[in-house]
Amino acid sequence: MVAAVLAESVAGDAKIVVKKFSVHYGAYTALSGVNLAVARNEIFSIVGPANAGKTSFLRVLNRMDALTSGMRYEGTVRFDGHDIRKWRNLYALRRRIGVVFPLPVGLPLSVFDNVAMAPRLRGVRHRDELEEIVERCLRRAALWGEVKDRLTALGSLLSGGQQQRLTIARALSQDPELLLLDEFSIAIDPVTTMKIEDVLLELKKEMTIIMVTNLVQQARRISDRMAFFHKGRCVEVGETAAMFDGDVRDEQTLDYLRGRFG
Amino acid sequence: MRSTTQTQAPDARGVAWYLDKAMAYLVFGAGVSAILLIVGIFVFITKEGVGFVWDTVDLGQFFGSPAWRPTSDTPQYGALALIAGTASVTGLAMLIAVPFSLGAAIYIAEFAGGTQREALKILIELLAAIPSVVWGFIGLSVLNPLIIEWFDVPVGLGILNAGVILGLMAAPIMTTIAEDALRAVPDGYREAAEAMGATRWQVTWRVVLPGAKNGLTAAILLGVGRGFGETMAVLMASGHAVQLPDGVFDSVRALTATIAAELGETAVGSDHYQALFTLGILLFVVTFAINLTADLVVRGISNKD
Amino acid sequence: MFQATALNRRNARIETGMRVAYLGMTLMLIVPVLLVLGVLIDKGAPALSWEFLTEVPLKGMTEGGIFPALMGTVALVLVALLASVPVGVAAAIYLSEYAPNTWLTRLVNLAIINLAGVPSIVHALFGVGAFVMFFGFGTSILAASLTLAVMTLPVVIVSTRESLRAVPQEFREACWTLGATRWQTIWRIVLPNAISGILTGVILEVSRTVGETAPIMFTGAAFFLPFLPQSVFDQTMAMSLHLFVISTQVPDVPEALPYAVALALIAVVLVMNAASIAFRVVLRRRKKW
Repeated sequence: MVAAVLAESVAGDAKIVVKKFSVHYGAYTALSGVNLAVARNEIFSIVGPANAGKTSFLRVLNRMDALTSGMRYEGTVRFDGHDIRKWRNLYALRRRIGVVFPLPVGLPLSVFDNVAMAPRLRGVRHRDELEEIVERCLRRAALWGEVKDRLTALGSLLSGGQQQRLTIARALSQDPELLLLDEFSIAIDPVTTMKIEDVLLELKKEMTIIMVTNLVQQARRISDRMAFFHKGRCVEVGETAAMFDGDVRDEQTLDYLRGRFG
Repeated sequence: MRSTTQTQAPDARGVAWYLDKAMAYLVFGAGVSAILLIVGIFVFITKEGVGFVWDTVDLGQFFGSPAWRPTSDTPQYGALALIAGTASVTGLAMLIAVPFSLGAAIYIAEFAGGTQREALKILIELLAAIPSVVWGFIGLSVLNPLIIEWFDVPVGLGILNAGVILGLMAAPIMTTIAEDALRAVPDGYREAAEAMGATRWQVTWRVVLPGAKNGLTAAILLGVGRGFGETMAVLMASGHAVQLPDGVFDSVRALTATIAAELGETAVGSDHYQALFTLGILLFVVTFAINLTADLVVRGISNKD
Repeated sequence: MFQATALNRRNARIETGMRVAYLGMTLMLIVPVLLVLGVLIDKGAPALSWEFLTEVPLKGMTEGGIFPALMGTVALVLVALLASVPVGVAAAIYLSEYAPNTWLTRLVNLAIINLAGVPSIVHALFGVGAFVMFFGFGTSILAASLTLAVMTLPVVIVSTRESLRAVPQEFREACWTLGATRWQTIWRIVLPNAISGILTGVILEVSRTVGETAPIMFTGAAFFLPFLPQSVFDQTMAMSLHLFVISTQVPDVPEALPYAVALALIAVVLVMNAASIAFRVVLRRRKKW
């Protein structure tokens, strides 16, 4: 129950606290036994091989389970101390959480409208203000230079890498308190990835970031703490630096981090 | 920078939430209205016809007697001749439509390529759109003189005329549904059979047709349902004589045509009026059963997969 | 070796024979209809003229035009659309966006299939029992149009449902994560991307409605009314019923007249259908994702 103790240690300033958590699709259990806490203004990464339950974890954090037939979770998840199961207006919750998918999804709207959608949903109407938000978010997502002359082009017809960054810009346009990144660099070249990693370190001052990645070096570069998920279980949670230094309880974790995995 | 006001609860419901809820109920209502309508149809026609079934008519006479004389001094309500009329016309129509539309579906799905397939499908779709009153007119003014001339009969309106017209009407729909059923057979089956050296028609005959059996059965059933319920074309092309037919040139009267021809002349609530609604109940129940069976047959496929 | 070749030749002959036989069956369905259409054009076209479309029928419908029937059909179709499109689109939204996989959803789908399969004359009986008498609309445009609306509702529902389902699920999820409600997602993303498919369905519905005769015979269409209806509570002439009337009920109609009406009716229906097909082809080319 070290994980539980760890959870308690950050609970005072925790953005997210997860206890006795499991995710199920019908009779199939995708993830179980998760107890962890994510502190305010930290980058928390979740690493692990495929089918570890990482994405399922993220999907519950913004309550996509409520919109996915057959999907449910058990245990409690607290967001700012509020149990998200008892949240009356899930849309208001999702508005505060930015999400970037592993596969890029540009909505079939103009690039501008893609990024302006979230501000519009929260009531921003003035063109000037929208333009300012769109430009700021596209710059942060390292996409502004490429699309500034074609903001009216369809977001769904951009290249894969561009759509990926458009998705990041869109998530940032929500001005989120919590940013969920699911393998955001899968369709982006290494140089751009580095640029975005720098932006994330910058954004940490404003928000909490939870990042699922299968690049352990990426987790090492930018995350403060991390969790290792494997075969539907949360094996270990700890300080990133310490874990990479070998301070782990389970040998599997170290094997995975050192790239010695089956 | 954060524009949300923190004075209200973080999970407070706003206008958007309530609008969303309201729309969810609204579209649910619209979806359920389909059920209400089909039940409503049954209730309204039963309401008008049920008194007749209980009080007036002898069901033995209704199904057993060919004498449909609603306007005579001693009215008789035997529907047998009308049932025979519907059955003979629909039967002939299916004899024509089933083989030809299955053949056409096989050609379009298995033999025709690219542009030719698209062109044929569009053409068939256009044929399916010709209104039934126009088909009736065709039977009346084009097919009628042809039958008189070719077969040397006094009147060209009858089972043959209505059956041919109905067959041509039902065929495009059956072709479309059958073609869909054939296309639904996975290409992998065809490729596997072709890899073993089977020719196209062998593949069709031994692999595709058995695989599409349920869909094809449903196509035929829906065609039967369509023919059974067709009104205007049968009314205009069948000759309109209430009798048990002896041959394909005989005039007959279908159940649907009887309602269409007589409803305008009846007093609301009279026995005759109620008798026509009773015919309606019969039509509703039979088509309902046909459609239900077709649906079950189609679902049979998906259950097996 | 030789045997195998003989077998191959035999197979090739059968293959060709089958191809020709099936093509023949296909053509047997199409060619007679095209010939008949040729006859209709041949006999009806001479009577078609601007006056034919804009004049009222004269001398017991043996002369003159079809203006009141034309306008009546337009009125019937418009009112029917006003009733069926909102309900049909909403029902399709329910089925595509909300409906859980339950017995109720199955029941709704089953009801739609049966609604489409009920004979048109039974719809007419329902129209008489429900709209003309129970709701007291009398024989009127309103009653006839509502009957048509009920009858063609499945067309709108099915075509709309299919075009909504063609919008990829990822778009909805992306929109939801931004905090959009289900309805906002439908309104801003799903409907705009399905609208052309929905319109195609509506055009098809119009073409279907234009030709229907049995459902309006006793609910609102009149044999002969040489003036235009003033409100939805009036009766009206309609093209489809007009064709039935002058080809079966009226003596001494010159031959060309019913041919011209049939041709006009077919032209409207085929043009609407061709438009919806063309629309679909254009849509397939103009991909947005």
